[in-house]
Formats: sequence, C-alpha cells, structure tokens
Amino acid sequence: MKQFWKSMLKSPSGVIGLVILLLAISVAVFGPLLFPNSPWRMVQRPFLPPFMLSTVPLGTDALGRDVFAGMIFGARVSLLVGLVSTLVALVVGVPIGAMAGYFGGKVDDALMRFTEFFQTIPSFALAIVLVAILQPSIYSIVASIAVVSWPPVARLVRGEVLSLRTREYVQAAVVTGQSNTWIILREILPNALSPVIVLASLMVATAILLESSLSFLGLGDPNLISWGYMVGAGRTVIRQAWWITVFPGVAILISVLGLNLIGEGLNDALNPRLSREGR
Amino acid sequence: MSKRVLLGLLLACGLTASALAQEPKMGGTINAVIQPEPPGLMLAMVQNGPVQMVSGNIFEGLLRYSPKLEPVPELAESWSVSEDAKTYTFKLRKGVTWHDGKPFTAADVLFSVEMLKQTHARARNNLAQVDKVEAPDDYTVVFTLKQPFGPFLGIFEVGSMPMVPKHLYDGTDWKTNPYNNAPVGTGPFMFKEWQKGSFIRLVKNPNYYEKGKPYLDEIYWQIIPDAAARSVAYETGKVDVLPGGSVENFDVPRLSKLKDTCVTGAGWEFFSPLAWLWLNNRQGPLADKRVRQAIMYAIDRDFAKDVIWNGLGKVATGPSASTIKYYTDDVPKYPYDPAKAKALLKEAGYKGEKIRILPLAYGETWQRWGEAVKQNLMDVGMNIETIATDVAGGNQKIGDWDYDIAFTYLYQYGDPALGVGRNYVSSAIAKGQVFNNVEGYSNPEIDKLFADGAVATPDSKRKEIYEKAQKILVEDVPVAWMLELQFPTIMRCKVKNLITTGIGVNDGFKDAWLDK
Repeated sequence: MKQFWKSMLKSPSGVIGLVILLLAISVAVFGPLLFPNSPWRMVQRPFLPPFMLSTVPLGTDALGRDVFAGMIFGARVSLLVGLVSTLVALVVGVPIGAMAGYFGGKVDDALMRFTEFFQTIPSFALAIVLVAILQPSIYSIVASIAVVSWPPVARLVRGEVLSLRTREYVQAAVVTGQSNTWIILREILPNALSPVIVLASLMVATAILLESSLSFLGLGDPNLISWGYMVGAGRTVIRQAWWITVFPGVAILISVLGLNLIGEGLNDALNPRLSREGR
Repeated sequence: MSKRVLLGLLLACGLTASALAQEPKMGGTINAVIQPEPPGLMLAMVQNGPVQMVSGNIFEGLLRYSPKLEPVPELAESWSVSEDAKTYTFKLRKGVTWHDGKPFTAADVLFSVEMLKQTHARARNNLAQVDKVEAPDDYTVVFTLKQPFGPFLGIFEVGSMPMVPKHLYDGTDWKTNPYNNAPVGTGPFMFKEWQKGSFIRLVKNPNYYEKGKPYLDEIYWQIIPDAAARSVAYETGKVDVLPGGSVENFDVPRLSKLKDTCVTGAGWEFFSPLAWLWLNNRQGPLADKRVRQAIMYAIDRDFAKDVIWNGLGKVATGPSASTIKYYTDDVPKYPYDPAKAKALLKEAGYKGEKIRILPLAYGETWQRWGEAVKQNLMDVGMNIETIATDVAGGNQKIGDWDYDIAFTYLYQYGDPALGVGRNYVSSAIAKGQVFNNVEGYSNPEIDKLFADGAVATPDSKRKEIYEKAQKILVEDVPVAWMLELQFPTIMRCKVKNLITTGIGVNDGFKDAWLDK
C-alpha cells in the first residue's frame, strides 16, 4: 500500500488528477453548505454577464439563476451519478466476468453471449431508450448508465480470471479442496483487481459524460441541476450568452480530464511490469 | 416635435400606416416557413395548425373575420338574420369559380356542411344547433337553427368551415380522393407542387373573383425541421416570413433587431391562445379552493411574460382571453404576492404534501416556464416534484387525470360558447380527452350560465351572463390562468399587408404584396 501511494505520487498525471478529484469532491460535499439557496432560484436579472457582480460571479442564465450555484450543485449530481453508476456496473460486471472465466465451458459461453448482446447495441442509444422508457429521474439515469457500462468490466475480469485460473497457487487451492466461491474471492479476484481499478476510474469519467449527454438532450432528472442540463439549456442562447454553456462545459472537461489522469497514474502505479524503483 | 419622436411614432404605427400610404405593387415571390410539415393539405380532412396556415390560402370560407372578430364577406357577400335569431340567410358571391374552372354555387355549400359534419370534429360541434340547411336558389343558402345560438356567425372561418368542391368529392371515398394531394379550392392561390421535406409551392389564381388580387405570383412554404436552422434561413435571406411559433422565443429579439425586419403579434385574435395550469380539483391539497388561490398568488406571471416569453403576450385575468367576446377584467385579481399565498396555504392546513407538476414538452420555452413556476411554488413552501415526459405521455397523464398540476394552452375561437365553456362545464368531464374539463371542476351555477349564454339573445343578455360566469370562475380558480400567448410573426418590412385578419397568415396572402 505504501509502495502504491509512493509511486502514485511520483507520477505527475496521477497527482494532478488526484488534486482535481479532491477539489471536485470537496466542492460537491461542502459547496451546498456555502450556497444554501436552491440553484433554481431566480436571483438576478436574466443574462447578467459574468464578473459583473460579486454575488453572482459567473453571471446568470436565461431565467436569472446563478450559474455559479448551478455549477456547485451540478458537481454533486455529476460526481454522484459517476460514482454510483460505476459501482453498480462493477457489482454486476465483476461476478459475471469472474464466473465466466473461472467455470469456463457452457457457463462461459452463456454469460459471454449475454454480455455481447449488450455490447452489440450502441451504448448511448441504449441509455437514451432506457431513460426514456423509465421516465427521467436520478435512479433511472444511474441504472441505465450502469446497464450500458458493465459489459467491458465483465470481459476484462473474465480475461484476467482465465489467465489466473491456471496458476499453481490456484490449482493448489483446488487440490486442498477449497470451495469455488472461496477460491474466486480470496485467491483470484484480489490479483485481478489492478486493471479493474484502472478501468473503473475511466468508467467514472465516461459515466459523467453520459449523464451530461443525457441531461443535454433533456433526459436529465428535472428536479436536479446538473452540468449537462446547464449546457443543454444554455445551448439555445449561446449566441447571446456564452457563459451559461461555457462554465459548466469547462467543469465537465476538467473533471473528466482529472479522472483520466488518475486512471493513468493508477495504471503506472499498479502495473508491476513498469518497475518503479529501478528506473 | 423632434424628428426622432416623429420617426418613432411612424415606426410604432408600423405596418398598417405605411401600407395604407402606398399602392400595392404586383408580382413577386414570397418564401415563408411552415413548421412542422403539414400531414396533408385537404383542410376538410385535416386541421392541424400548419395545414390551416397553408390551405387557408387555397380554400375559402363563407366569411372572414377582422382582427376584432367581426364577420367580413368572403364567399358570402351578405347575410341576414331573422327576428327570432333562428334563420340565417347567406347570399353567395356570383362569378366565383373553383381552381379547375367550375362555378361555385349553393350546392357546394350544402355538400361541404354535410361532409364537414363527418370529417371535422369542431365543425360538427359548431353545427350541432343547426336543424337544416337549404338552398332556395344557386346563390342563396339558409341555415335554420333549433334554437338561437349566439356565436353562430363566428363559425364560418376557413379553418372551421372550408368550402369543398362538390363535383370532385361527391360520391367518392373522401379519404382516398386524389384531390386530397392536390387540393382544389376557390382561394387566391392554387396548389402547384409539394416536394416532401423541402417545400410546398402555391401559385397565383389568375381567375380570382376579386379583380387585381392576389398581388403575389407565388408562395414557397419552406420546410425546415430544426429551429436554429429556421432562424438562420431568415438571417441569410432564404425565407422572408417566419409565422408565429416557427422560431424559439429567445431568437425573437435577435431576429427583430435585424435590418428591414418587422414584427407583429397581430393575426392570432381568432385563436387567442390562452395558457394555464390544469389544477386537479379532485384530490389532495388542490381540492381546496384556498390552495388553488394560493397558487395564483404564488406565481410571478409578469416574470414569465417578461423573461420567458420575452415580453410577448399578456397576463391573463381569467378564463377568457381579452380578445374574446364578453371579456371582462372586472374580476377578483391575483397579483404576485408570496406572503398572501403562504397565509392561504397555512389557512388551508397544507402540510407539505408532495405535488406533482407536469410541464409541456413543446420545447425550451415551456421547459423554462415549468422550472420557474416550480421555483415560485417552492418559494411559498409547496413541495413540488417535476415529472418529465414527452407530449404523448403528458397527454395521456392529463387525460387519465393522473396529475396534480399540468401546463397547457388552448385556442378560444372568439366566443365563450365555442372555446371557453368546454373547459369548465361539468358535462365536459370525460376521461381520456385532454381539451375538455380536465380539472374536474363542477359547479351547477356555472353549468347553467354557460348553457344559457350559448342560446341567449340579444347580445347584451349574453354579455351579462358571461361576465357573471367569469367572476365566479376567477373566484373559484378551477385552473390557474397564466398568459394570453402571443406568437409573433417576423417578416421583412417589404412584405406588406400580410396580416389583416383575425387569423393572420392563415388567410393573409390574399391581400399581401411585395414592395420591391
């Protein structure tokens, strides 16, 4: 663990990513405490440009709502959707991949055909359809993002498990009569985790993008403000008021970039082949 | 008076003043946007907004209506009403021909009435009081009513009762008649071609009965599906006329400021679209009149008008738009007053029960409006949840009465008996429909007033009845009236005299001309 942090902090991209993520999380957690007002409240005249008033530093949108407050509350929704839907996708994808890889044969075939069934449908199109059918709400959005993002996890885990399955220590465990569950959970999965963690960090970024795209198309939760919603709502007036779209757009860009940098840092830190000490 | 003030006044007088000062010029082509693409052009069979807008210039009705909704001669050159207000005699114009050269006569009128009763729901309703229609000669038509029906002279507009050529439709299967795709009317413009997804082209009717009209040679109705592309098409000069509702509201101020651009809100008087919130009177907190009144006080309707609708329209005072007959503003008023709303909610014992609100899925403007109203209501302590849905889903929820608050807007057709009563009388409570008494308001006194009002004579009596009805309704707040909507028509200033009637662009090309 100590080793991991050491190498993580050595990689510049990992450090930058971590800083961005910590910043975003603290904004999401503490921001609403500083801005107790609802971001939907109309506080100033509409289309007030940014940097004019200290109370609304980033200007106001088409209804006179505070863009800055919207960004702070939007951070909460974006991060929450990103993290929760990734967790759900892992909870679905890891067991399926592990079972397919461990048991092989017919089980593998069945599970992988099932996975491919999801992989053949363009993920964004599927997400749109699911949200439209389930009615847009934070739950249906998390669910649909999870549904479209678990297949790569399952494929990755299956590949890792397949290669670990034949290692001596696994075979030793089989010989000593350990149960399958115990072997998968205690022997195989811990060793298969590093690529999954890297993938997960990238999945959070993708989920944030997916949520933004859904909200942009007007399929966001109508009771929660999010960055994608702000971009979508401001898009139509972009020629009159650039700031309504640009600031939340930049927020999406930075947070997604940050998560990608973390992914890169994790990759460097967790990959045993990139030796850390000797280089 | 300085020159600048004088100029301002001239600009304020706008189109009419400058048009009156000039002689119409002949010739020219106009490109107008039609949005969305109409499903057909046979006005007797389909009556969606865009169909009326294009075909109202191909077909004609017996009467036209001024912006004040007074009847003006069209295919009927004069009319008289009997003493007992039950017999209406129309003298038809002579020398009118269909686009194929056949003469237009009373037989066509009789046929049209029969056909429309089967194909046109609103016409069927409007004609419900008609006992019989007769043609004593080729140029006279007599309508005999079962009982006096005050708004009767208001039902002859082209979209409500278009005249159909008997010789092309009689004895055929109307639905598959080939002339549905190449409509033949009596109007100033003839159908020429329709490139699906691209444009509809109408050309001048050279044998039009009003000599010298129309002035234009042809009209291209351009079909452009994307709202932003429509704005751009106007900016780049591809189109000259953007009829009301064809661009998003926030584009209106920008387009209005362009050079040589004229904007008018006129031409919707006959329709008078009125926006309101359905309030489900049946269940929950909204069953209490005080909660409904609180909603009226809580919503900042001036903000909605100024910000969301860019200053277009007018704050509604009650069930009738101000352009509707017998409108009165002598009713209880509901100014924006959050404190009063809070007090009323407290009095009614509202304890934060969840209330669902259903915005209208008609685009950005309506979404923003839904958000603003939600915030207004939350500010006075109501617990509001927005339900996101599409147009069809929303209609279904409203029709099934599965809502608490829902946005809508409806046309009113000039007379309370035609377009207002249907939303408040208890006989119009019918599950599954979205344009009737959806809120479930039931008040025997109102039922009686609207029943009496439709058949009362003379006008002064009707006025008295409807004014009383408006007062009662505004006190009871069965629905929360928001705005009289205005859909501005944006056009190049060189397009003159396009909007002269109560239905505007829908039959306006007859008088329009191009100042080159």
